[in-house]
Amino acid sequence: MSAIEIRDLSVYFGEGAEQMRAVKSANFTVAEGESFGLVGESGSGKSTVLRAIAGLVDSWTGEMSVLGTPLGRKRAPAFFKQVQMVFQDPYASLHPRHTVDRVLGEVLKLHGFSDIDARIDRLLDDVGLGKGFRFRYPHQLSGGQRQRVAIARALAPEPRIVLLDEPTSALDVSVQAEILNLLSDLRAERGLTYLMVSHDLGVIGHMCDRIAVMQHGEIVELLDVEKMRALQAEHAYTRHLLDSSIRSVREIS
Amino acid sequence: MSDTSLRAWLLADAPASRAQARAAAWYAGWLKLRGNTLAMAGLVVLVLLILAALLAPLLATQDPFVQDLGARLKPPGWEGHIFGTDSLGRDIWSRIVYGARISLYIVALVALVAPLLGLIIGTVAGYMGGIIDVALMRFTDIFLAFPRLILALAFVAALGAGIENAVLAISLTAWPPYARIARAETLTIRNSDFIHAIKLQGAGPLRIITRHVWPLCISSLVIRVTLDMAGIILTAAGLGFLGLGAQPPSPEWGAMVSEGRKYILDYWWVATIPGLAIFTISLAFNLLGDGLRDVLDPKEAGQ
Repeated sequence: MSAIEIRDLSVYFGEGAEQMRAVKSANFTVAEGESFGLVGESGSGKSTVLRAIAGLVDSWTGEMSVLGTPLGRKRAPAFFKQVQMVFQDPYASLHPRHTVDRVLGEVLKLHGFSDIDARIDRLLDDVGLGKGFRFRYPHQLSGGQRQRVAIARALAPEPRIVLLDEPTSALDVSVQAEILNLLSDLRAERGLTYLMVSHDLGVIGHMCDRIAVMQHGEIVELLDVEKMRALQAEHAYTRHLLDSSIRSVREIS
Repeated sequence: MSDTSLRAWLLADAPASRAQARAAAWYAGWLKLRGNTLAMAGLVVLVLLILAALLAPLLATQDPFVQDLGARLKPPGWEGHIFGTDSLGRDIWSRIVYGARISLYIVALVALVAPLLGLIIGTVAGYMGGIIDVALMRFTDIFLAFPRLILALAFVAALGAGIENAVLAISLTAWPPYARIARAETLTIRNSDFIHAIKLQGAGPLRIITRHVWPLCISSLVIRVTLDMAGIILTAAGLGFLGLGAQPPSPEWGAMVSEGRKYILDYWWVATIPGLAIFTISLAFNLLGDGLRDVLDPKEAGQ
């Protein structure tokens, strides 16, 4: 059974003459325990795919199924126990008036856990924050710390699949590496399935087993990370992406 | 706990309990408000007003209703009448002090009813969108079209003159602006990632509106209410002045100005003193409202 199966997914925005197809007939499958990357420039529709799976966008056609269960317009409560999401901007994804304790406590309560106090402490330990951060407000945290809280929130319901929407692009380079390592460790410990969106081929190469390359809302190529590292891409756009990524690395070093 | 350790506890970088985190957040707001001299001046005046209302029987030098026709229209300072006496020989100082109770009563009632109604309608309209939004906002427009004084007149005609009916009329015409503010705030909040995040935890609309949207709308409403208070006090005073609000012999400030109007050229203090009271309180609310905006504005918080 595959963790995520996407068949002929199209996502629309707007109505009538101004309607726009943000995603055009996307097909891909993510196996359980796999880490799958979606790569593309901004506006290529990669985040929209994640949002459609999460149920945040409901103007889509096609078929999606998660862990063998087909998805409809509305997500059942059981879905949120299996699939969670980490957002791109940690400055926007935490409620400015809620402490870390309240954020995690509310999530745990919504999922019907009873030993909430102990679980909050354990979650904070798991993401490397510790108890000292429990009663802080988001404005008392740095970007990296906020993203750790957001990861703890996503892990709170003990999901099997985590959708990662450019989880490090809003962070400093040094912090990026910490968060990526944390995500890798958590995946290894918990046997999670990741579906990760990024425009950064370095990040994807570090995190993922397989990638899908998107351009103008279409998936143009699916390939293994080994092939990507060996620069054996078939589609011209993928080669272009790899090329520019390598050049930017050379320019920096 | 000594002063310094209490301060350290409130400013702790890593609060150890929910209560401490909340107290620290309040304390940080208080420190910011304290830095604003004008807002503090407004706050001091309002605290004095509340104290005056609470301690009215102790502060008043006379019964505010006792008439003494032999000592009518005496100037301020005459035989222990700090602010003089009115046309029926009643002590103006005592009436001002008791009038503070009425003003506070009006303020409290309106501040409870109008913003709450506006908050509920505005956030529900903003969050749900679609047909519910259209229906609720057109309903709001209808109420916005009611002229305040005319509605008050209608209420008085239907239910009899009195302070409660005046308050009811003010409240029913005061909530639409709050609903619009709350809706505008909700529209900016509802597409933010933290709302998406809680949706992904399976939270329903009721929980999202009350726990996640309200806390962010309330600050702008509090600011608006504080700034509107001056207007509400003035409207209540205006209704009193027209004889539609508080009825004689109740020492409502607007009604007192109205009574003093007849003598304003010869006995200026009868109308001026309650007028100054209204002016001071309105100004104090405005100053405090401006200060609260600096403290509470969520767009500036945390930067």
